[in-house]
Amino acid sequence: MVILWGSNARETHPIFFHHLLKALHSGARLYAVDPRRTSSAQWADVWLGLDVGTDIALANAVGREIIAQGLVNQEFVEHATTGFEDYRAAVEPCTLEQAERITGVPGDAIRALAHAYAGAKNAQLCWTLGITEHHNAVDNVLALINLALLTGQVGRPGSGINPLRGQNNVQGGGDMGALPNKLPGFQDVQDDELRAKFERAWDCTIPPKNGWHLTQMFEAMERRDLRGLYVIGENPAQSEADADHANALLRGLDHLVVQDIFLTKTAEFADVVLPAAAGWAEAEGTVTSSERRVQRVRKALDPPGEARDDVDILCELAKRFGHDWGQPTAEEIWDELRSLSPMHAGMSYARLDALGGIQWPCPDEDHPGSTYLHGRLWKRPAEGRLAPFSVVEDVPPADELTDEYPVRLTSGRRLDSYNTGVQSGGFASPLRRPETLDICEADGQRWGIADGERVRVHSRRGAIEMTVRYVDELRPGLTFTTFHFPDEAETNKLTNPAWDRRSGTAEFKAAAIRIEKLEAAVGAGG
Amino acid sequence: MPADERARMDLKLLPVEASADERAAVATVFESPSEVPNTDRVAREGLTEAKARRHLLLPALHAVQKAVGWISQGALNEICRRLIVPPAEAYGVASFYAMFSTTARAPRVAHVCDDIACKLAGADAMCATFERTIGPPGTPSADGRATWLRSPCLGLCERAPAVLFQLAGSKNADDDTIAPATVDEIEQVLNGATVPAPAVGSTPQTSGTREPGLRLLRRVGVADPTSLSAYRAAGGYDALGRAIEIGPAQAITEVSVSKLQGRGGAAFPTGRKWDAVAKAAETPRYIVCNADESEPGTFKDRVLMEEDPFAIVESMTIAGFAVSAERGYLYVRGEYPLATARLEGAIRQCRADGLLGADVMGKGFVFDIELRRGAGAYICGEETALFNSIEGFRGEPRNKPPFPVEKGLFGRPTVINNVETLANVLDIVLEGGAAFAGVGTDQSTGSKLFCVSGAVERPGLYEVPFGTTLAALLERAGGVAEGRRLATVLLGGAAGTFVSPAHLDTPLTFEGTRAIGASLGSGVVMVFDEAADMRDIVLRIAAFFRDESCGQCVPCRVGTVRQEELLQRLARDGARPSPAAEADLLDELARVMRDASICGLGHTAANAPQSAVTMGLFGGTGHE
Amino acid sequence: MSSQTAATPMIDVTVDGEVVQVPEGATLLDACRTKGADTPTLCYLETLTPVNVCRVCVVELEGSRTLVPSCSRAAYHGAVVETDSPRVRHSRKLVLELLASTVDLSRASGDVKRWMDRYDVDTARFGPAAAPGERDGRDPGHHHASDGATAETVAQPVKIHDEMYVRDYSKCILCYRCVEACGEDAQNSFAIAVAGRGFDARISTEFDRKLDQSACVYCGNCIGVCPTGALVFKSEYDHREAGTWDEAKQNVTRTVCPYCGVGCNLELHVQANEIVKVTSPMDHSVTQGHLCIKGRFGWQFVQNRGSE
Repeated sequence: MVILWGSNARETHPIFFHHLLKALHSGARLYAVDPRRTSSAQWADVWLGLDVGTDIALANAVGREIIAQGLVNQEFVEHATTGFEDYRAAVEPCTLEQAERITGVPGDAIRALAHAYAGAKNAQLCWTLGITEHHNAVDNVLALINLALLTGQVGRPGSGINPLRGQNNVQGGGDMGALPNKLPGFQDVQDDELRAKFERAWDCTIPPKNGWHLTQMFEAMERRDLRGLYVIGENPAQSEADADHANALLRGLDHLVVQDIFLTKTAEFADVVLPAAAGWAEAEGTVTSSERRVQRVRKALDPPGEARDDVDILCELAKRFGHDWGQPTAEEIWDELRSLSPMHAGMSYARLDALGGIQWPCPDEDHPGSTYLHGRLWKRPAEGRLAPFSVVEDVPPADELTDEYPVRLTSGRRLDSYNTGVQSGGFASPLRRPETLDICEADGQRWGIADGERVRVHSRRGAIEMTVRYVDELRPGLTFTTFHFPDEAETNKLTNPAWDRRSGTAEFKAAAIRIEKLEAAVGAGG
Repeated sequence: MPADERARMDLKLLPVEASADERAAVATVFESPSEVPNTDRVAREGLTEAKARRHLLLPALHAVQKAVGWISQGALNEICRRLIVPPAEAYGVASFYAMFSTTARAPRVAHVCDDIACKLAGADAMCATFERTIGPPGTPSADGRATWLRSPCLGLCERAPAVLFQLAGSKNADDDTIAPATVDEIEQVLNGATVPAPAVGSTPQTSGTREPGLRLLRRVGVADPTSLSAYRAAGGYDALGRAIEIGPAQAITEVSVSKLQGRGGAAFPTGRKWDAVAKAAETPRYIVCNADESEPGTFKDRVLMEEDPFAIVESMTIAGFAVSAERGYLYVRGEYPLATARLEGAIRQCRADGLLGADVMGKGFVFDIELRRGAGAYICGEETALFNSIEGFRGEPRNKPPFPVEKGLFGRPTVINNVETLANVLDIVLEGGAAFAGVGTDQSTGSKLFCVSGAVERPGLYEVPFGTTLAALLERAGGVAEGRRLATVLLGGAAGTFVSPAHLDTPLTFEGTRAIGASLGSGVVMVFDEAADMRDIVLRIAAFFRDESCGQCVPCRVGTVRQEELLQRLARDGARPSPAAEADLLDELARVMRDASICGLGHTAANAPQSAVTMGLFGGTGHE
Repeated sequence: MSSQTAATPMIDVTVDGEVVQVPEGATLLDACRTKGADTPTLCYLETLTPVNVCRVCVVELEGSRTLVPSCSRAAYHGAVVETDSPRVRHSRKLVLELLASTVDLSRASGDVKRWMDRYDVDTARFGPAAAPGERDGRDPGHHHASDGATAETVAQPVKIHDEMYVRDYSKCILCYRCVEACGEDAQNSFAIAVAGRGFDARISTEFDRKLDQSACVYCGNCIGVCPTGALVFKSEYDHREAGTWDEAKQNVTRTVCPYCGVGCNLELHVQANEIVKVTSPMDHSVTQGHLCIKGRFGWQFVQNRGSE
């Protein structure tokens, strides 16, 4: 059994979905939890169309139903987890009736999900940004993890919890320590012993405290605590929620350096632009995929013009700062990483080539890599720290629906496009249509707005003009768009920058909007 | 768009709406509102549900074809939406069957048989008339309401020439046939007249002085085929009662002891099939009755279904009881409207009387039968192609193994038996397998139905014990008509072989025909006198195989084309470089088709042409 | 890649008189390859469900009345197989002749040309090719018989309806690979299926609609599996038409797709510092040769940037 919760993998992870469909064709069951009846949800045995931002209410009700019906994996809960009693008490009021009221999903469908998940021999619980692009993202994730712990659907082949990564190396960035609190290999920057290991290797002093994540950086800019910024391969001028505000902050910096393969909107604000080689086709290195598989990327093309390999740029920069790092190859840098990060230690380039990538942890060169994690929880006694249940409460989206902003706008991606479109805009997809504000026909008729009509869309942060399109996958009161075409529709002028304190992710998935007809607009219907 | 009409399974449907008639037609295949309506909040129509509905594709296509006379884009769209089938796949299925039209077609269609027996009975002249009066096949008539098409064998050879009418757009007009047919009658029906009732019988042994000792034909002409009480009065359902008495295991034993072999053409021991399915671990199991009789020259199953339909229902029920299958499928040839109607009536009455359903005969076992109509594809008589057809896929044969007893219909253990084979089961159960084995010869037990047609005095269906010689059979049929001289006999159908008059003494048994390099096939005995244009006949056979190849495997798809081209050259004296070289090439084609094709169609496609060339029927003296 | 499992039991198969060992569950083709018998295949592809329709891989299996397709027939302990008997040679030769007299095989792989030589294929013996014609929309059932003077072929006009794909069905051997890749074996879009029947069977969208109006999502997986060049990327087609396609001057580099987090491997085919085609390795567990529209076509940004 597979649950896709807040994930439209059919369009955002198409090849993962191939594998999922193979399982469905051989008899696996699919449940989809998503406000929209997405192209993924259309394959599901059951689609549960909850209201945006009510995931915790739904998850808690599933948990309560599992407990109330005696479907808990007692053995696992007893031996591998902590905090069950608190969790049980916390979800006790979360009845199916209550959940139906909050989420809009009929109680019998929630019950079906609970029973199917608890009863499945193996179950995968997968999610994407539908869970994490919320102001309470971490709570959302914890609410799902609770379900896996209740049923023991974790730490076994075929059972697990699975965040599908949206970018080819978002996992690898974390692996390599591109996190404010971690050194490479997820080693805690505040751990003196670990930090000392790196300081020895690098012959330097590492500040012993956590840095800022992206959203904290923007807050620091606001406070003027952060005045200079070096941006590598990111386009915050278009990817940040509440784009107008973010751009004002970027423009207000004392100094902005942008290193990118494109002259992005962000680069247009920069004092210095460092043209870079495309990491996947013009340079050597590794990336880590969603399944923790480290794989090599290779240079197939010479970069255009003055663009240079990221390593080159960094080493040159170091030289200007007075450090000669030489001209290390990608493999030499990788080997250094292996010497410092135990989970990567067994992954030589030769083995990565031979095995088609290796999934971490891979502690030594005889280790085949790990196809799943948390198997330790099934050892008796369970090894390491027991898995804690978390008490999480349902909190509605920060951007409230009111009479002034009565309509929910959620966002996502389409099959042939990607993020802000700087990459995917480069090819002429026959599938691509101009960006639209998707609504259901019933809303269109209610509001007197025709399919194809131009409208003005207001949120508490700004207003933009968009073209309306009628689609099947939405219900009344729910609208959808993407941020693939910021030049056509600057969606992020509407989205809410309210962010999760722990993950730093903004609530892209839940904005409150009002749709206004354009007066005397040429060609407008209705 | 209402919530319950939303897209499913990520399908991209056609931007074309169905008409009200088309929508209503598609709705008829959903017996009860089995679709759980989607709401704004919950939908349950994913891949699992799509798979569960797929088997309704063929019935849905039939419903639309019947309602409006063709499968429009809007209609296909409606089918795909309701059944959750990708449009390209549905189109692939619709365009596989000759009885469906994916382009606009007049609602009244005469399918004029121009196959072997009808050709001998003047079908070509009839077709030439329609070419003149209406236009080439497919041309709409002046009022646009009617058209005509050429058809492969309609299984009415004993009353050739034959025509099948597909009458769409009217609730009062069902598909029907006329045989023998005249140009005038066909034109009248195309102009809106009702189809006249048949005037001639198909079983000479039951007309006039009834021949004694008939077994399979025992109720023909005796019991009203539309009445269950008449069937029961004539001993019907005694066999099922007996089977229940002796129990499933013993029933299978009796069938094994009887040495009953399949009558569809492959002559496989029936008992072995039943035994294997009864022992299969997997459930559910299925019984399938192969009533897709399409071998040119064959009409025996049609006569049984038309004249003794309850016997088919009863014998399928016995099979279901014996192997613990709860569901049977009866796949009837699309061109057999009367047989279909009679069987539908029989099933309905048996259900009403508790002879089918949740508690058969009050004995606590479950068995029911679903009737499925084919749609004009010879290949669907191949057992695995038939499964695919029922399941809603193109009627392409599957590779074997696995055999149907392991993975048959819906991938489950399946007994698939021919109509005549099943009909024998009743006697076997009643009189015991040993007694049954006493009829016929040691290796070919029981009696056999022969479809005698062509140049004989009294064409028709004849039941004789195995072992009767070809000469004796022809004698029963009155010998060669009008005292002409016998040229050859096509034994076993288009997939069989021509045999020379020198072989008239051959006993009609599996082993006897094998000994002369022929086969009984489906029991076809088609007689040609010296006036027959054998080149024309053989070319028709070659065209038949080319038309009916499913197109899957290279040896058959291309081999049947090359074979026809070669025979055309021979027939037109355009041999390259010589008739002998062409005969060699024909032999090479025959070998690759026989050795490397997926199924029996390819394996046998060269049999008749090759035997004709070898016997000199094709190019010998007189034709140079 | 999955972790190590317990060793599969081995079985003995005799191929051309030599006993080879293959794991249980292997096919006769696996056994033939283990023995080193060069077994021709056309419709077979490791990553797709065998449809065994081309019949060029047939072998003689002891106890079987007809030849059997080695690609899909399960091997069993004690099976005795002949791969080079007169019967096998005859069927392989004829299958190749029937195809070559029907289909334009000029873009088929070097393997196909080698097999055609080995089996002495004479494409001319069925006569000169008939004139090309329209093949879409042909009804099942009756056809107009030719006089046999020419050999009918599948020659027909090339389909170019968008900037992504070219479909030249004169080169189509109806191996079903594209249908499988578009369908259950990978993409599950079911934009194409086999339509029609017999010699008129063809790969088609519903009612032969153009691809951009069909369910096609332009993943390119059909092109990726096509063995005869019937399906090609428009970029390759244009290069070939312009005479600038030069495989000798192309380098193929394996890397990882820059989109999403699934980790699909790409093979970048580069000619003169320009990506001219993207494929995916069949032997990699993540993609098994398949990609999505972004991975297959989304590389142009790298080059567009160069031309700015």
